[in-house]
Amino acid sequence: MGGGRGKGGAGQGKGDGQQRRPMFRRRKVCKFCADKIDDINYKDTKLLMPFVPERAKILPRRISGTCALHQRKLRVAIMRARQLALIPYTGE
Amino acid sequence: MNRKYELVYIVSPDATEGQVAELHGQVEAVVQRLGGQIDKTENWGRRRLAYEIGRHKEGIYVLDVITGSGELMKEIERRLKVYDTVIRQLTVRVDEAERVAGHKRTTRTEASRRRRVARGLPPDRQAGEGQRGEFEDDRDDRFELGEDLR
Repeated sequence: MGGGRGKGGAGQGKGDGQQRRPMFRRRKVCKFCADKIDDINYKDTKLLMPFVPERAKILPRRISGTCALHQRKLRVAIMRARQLALIPYTGE
Repeated sequence: MNRKYELVYIVSPDATEGQVAELHGQVEAVVQRLGGQIDKTENWGRRRLAYEIGRHKEGIYVLDVITGSGELMKEIERRLKVYDTVIRQLTVRVDEAERVAGHKRTTRTEASRRRRVARGLPPDRQAGEGQRGEFEDDRDDRFELGEDLR
């Protein structure tokens, strides 16, 4: 559960004498795993809206931290919601 | 083979109450004729569309939960397409998804109960016990030091 992808550019700069300053990064956790939402419903616009920012593109996993399983379900839900004009296809 | 479907259709905002009711009657008639059953009907009323469909900016949303065969849904879809008051429709099969979600939920609660019993606690969470649940580690906002501490 919560396959936290705490990755980033952290792996570079290895080997130089300079101590790698620990990058403080918030650990990302899949929202749906954390809140135990099993069923991502296309009718629940409140739940989906945070994953379609301004331009109404689906927020990528590397930014939202959603796990693969839930991202897949989220995508289907968003596409259904778009068909029903609950969520826009494009931003303004 | 009976399956459960969700049908959402958007009726043009110019349609009268009567027209919406008539449309629903049509759906009902088809469902009855082909041996299905309407489990639930919801009228979400007038809602703003996220984008324009045709020249419409609003629509009347109606949701029907229908148990029946695939042919039944096909027939309903075909019929709704004929009406030009229906500006959009979507049919989704939901039984499988519901089953999976239900199964997940039960396995999760069972697992948590088992764990609690193993720790010598009563199987269900008592009132006022732990404010953040049992998976505390999964959801904390602690900062992480690079990758090495993973």
